[in-house]
Amino acid sequence: MQTLIQQVLNALQLGSVYALIALGYTMVYGIIRLINFAHGDIFMVSTYVAFFIGTALMSHALRLPGIVAFGLTMAAAMMVTALLAVLIERFAYKPLRQAPRVSAVITALGVGLFLENFTLATIGPDPRFLPRFFSVQTFTVGGVAFSNIQIIIIAVSAAVMLLLDTIVRRTMVGMAMRAVSWDKSTAPLMGVPVDSIISITFAIGASIAAVGGTLFGMVYTVDPYMGIRIGWWAFISAVVGGIGNIRGAMVGGYILGFVEIFTPVILPASTYRDFVAFSMLLLLLIFRPYGILGRPVAQKV
Amino acid sequence: MKRFIVLIGLVMAMGMLVTACQPKGPETIKIGLNAELTGGVPVVGASCKNGAELAVEEVNNAGGLEVGGKKYKIELLIEDNEDKAESAAAAAQKLNAAGVLLMIGPNASRNAIPAAEVAEANKMPMISPWSTNPKTTIDAATGQPKKYVMRACFIDDFQGVVAAKFAINELGAKKPAVLYDVASEYNKGIAEIFKRTMEENGIPVVAFETYTTGDKDFSAQLTKIIQAGADVLFLPNYYTEVPLQVQQAHKLGFKGVIFGSDSWGAAELIDLCGAACEGYFFTTHYATDIATPKAQAFIKAYEAKYGKTPDDVAALTYDAFGLAFQAIQAAGKIDREAVNQALHNISRYEGVTGVMQFKGTGDPIKSAVVLQIKGGKFVYYTTAQP
Repeated sequence: MQTLIQQVLNALQLGSVYALIALGYTMVYGIIRLINFAHGDIFMVSTYVAFFIGTALMSHALRLPGIVAFGLTMAAAMMVTALLAVLIERFAYKPLRQAPRVSAVITALGVGLFLENFTLATIGPDPRFLPRFFSVQTFTVGGVAFSNIQIIIIAVSAAVMLLLDTIVRRTMVGMAMRAVSWDKSTAPLMGVPVDSIISITFAIGASIAAVGGTLFGMVYTVDPYMGIRIGWWAFISAVVGGIGNIRGAMVGGYILGFVEIFTPVILPASTYRDFVAFSMLLLLLIFRPYGILGRPVAQKV
Repeated sequence: MKRFIVLIGLVMAMGMLVTACQPKGPETIKIGLNAELTGGVPVVGASCKNGAELAVEEVNNAGGLEVGGKKYKIELLIEDNEDKAESAAAAAQKLNAAGVLLMIGPNASRNAIPAAEVAEANKMPMISPWSTNPKTTIDAATGQPKKYVMRACFIDDFQGVVAAKFAINELGAKKPAVLYDVASEYNKGIAEIFKRTMEENGIPVVAFETYTTGDKDFSAQLTKIIQAGADVLFLPNYYTEVPLQVQQAHKLGFKGVIFGSDSWGAAELIDLCGAACEGYFFTTHYATDIATPKAQAFIKAYEAKYGKTPDDVAALTYDAFGLAFQAIQAAGKIDREAVNQALHNISRYEGVTGVMQFKGTGDPIKSAVVLQIKGGKFVYYTTAQP
């Protein structure tokens, strides 16, 4: 029982990160029907931004309290990453908006490769840790060990997801996003500035990835290739939840977190993890291609 | 017409000029280096490159290598294998096509094994400084030793036994656990030998858990290990992953001793791990604090050139070059077959990582040391003889 609760905590920590990244995939898909395969690498860049800003803020000269440095780092990472995503959208995706969809997907893959190799060339391949904003404290309650960092990750992720859900459902910007997603040709007739809304969507998706990146960097190492595998898993999360559906991406992220943790618990080796995840994706695509929370869309002819 | 004749004359004259300038033989000896400059273990590649450049520079500064009464400069061709099996094989192909006399590297066994296949097929002598997996020098089809592949380090059969005996005798292990990368030849090989040795000594391994290269979350496996009541944890994994594993084990409440293998021996381990790895042990090739005069000279030269202490990869690469130079001189000519023969004729070589003895195969017999991490440094703990 203790082990089970322990593993659930482990899965929640990992699932939170997947969910945050899956949101970026799902939002961009929802609004321009593009699978932004560069998103995993945007997440990687955000973690590097957090690494550099965090290291500068935590240097001894400043003597900032950990919580302040953590907040500032996350805010700065969100802003820089949002700017990067908007630039990518403007220069790489916007010229292709009328092109066949496969061209845009290939461009997205290319942007991802560019980000990986640019980081590799400029920063180098060595893995790094973010500085310690908080000293790690481990608590043991009834045989279950958890750390303050783990609680922070799970809580901050949940808060950000709640905030996003509110923005999309309750504000004018959210309404405009939903309008563009619903019908891109009618929305401008109602006075919705489509281009700005698309940029805002990219910015929000990237800043949520940056929240994930900062949290991720506090427990795991940062390296130029980290975005590939995590990006794939987040993409599967988005598809499992129903791509284009924001609540679906959150659910999908946690499901994939559970798959990753519980595969080595139930099956004999961790090697089956990718097998389980991709089989789930395949089965879902066959029997419920619109995902768990998505709704089937009738193709317009 | 006149112009045409002049043109032909000119072409012929130029042709003669070119023939006249052609050297009688190569002026330099080309040696290829196949190293992990990028990818999962970049520090290994960097140390290997440093060790290689130091070895070559020393020979070239002394006027070159004397072979058959003539001095040759060494030309080092460096290829990045990106720490990927397929790139390692491609890099070996590229070096072979460039006409190198022999190839040093790759280091990680997951790259050295495929590269060794290429070397063997092309009859290109290869010395891996750091690959400890037995398969590197064994022909998979026949089970016989490969003819063109050697290494400068001990093999995992020995290291796995040393680690297991250390756990039993020094750590008093009763319930050992292992977490290893199942997708990497080195990690897998040494983990299996460790497990077998433990079981031969009547101590069952309580948890034998796996992950895949590039993973960053080990909480599921570590939770199982802790649940199994493990008292020691063996992590035969690369220095980039060990800090994450140690930190996550601590966060989940693991209190026992953690120890590892020679893949821990990079200074970056301490940078990444911080105080978390303090007091832990690993088996490796040499210790800087019990160095022989030859090793001390090397350490001094290395520190002067790069401003840091050489790790085991740098030292083993330096030894691999030492072996190569000795063999080239013994061969007396720049010829792959002759050099390969000379390499296999070496029965004893005193390198900076200790004395190596060869008994007809490409695997040297040499001792291992156990180091402890103490105050942010690797400190000599004990020596294990073969």
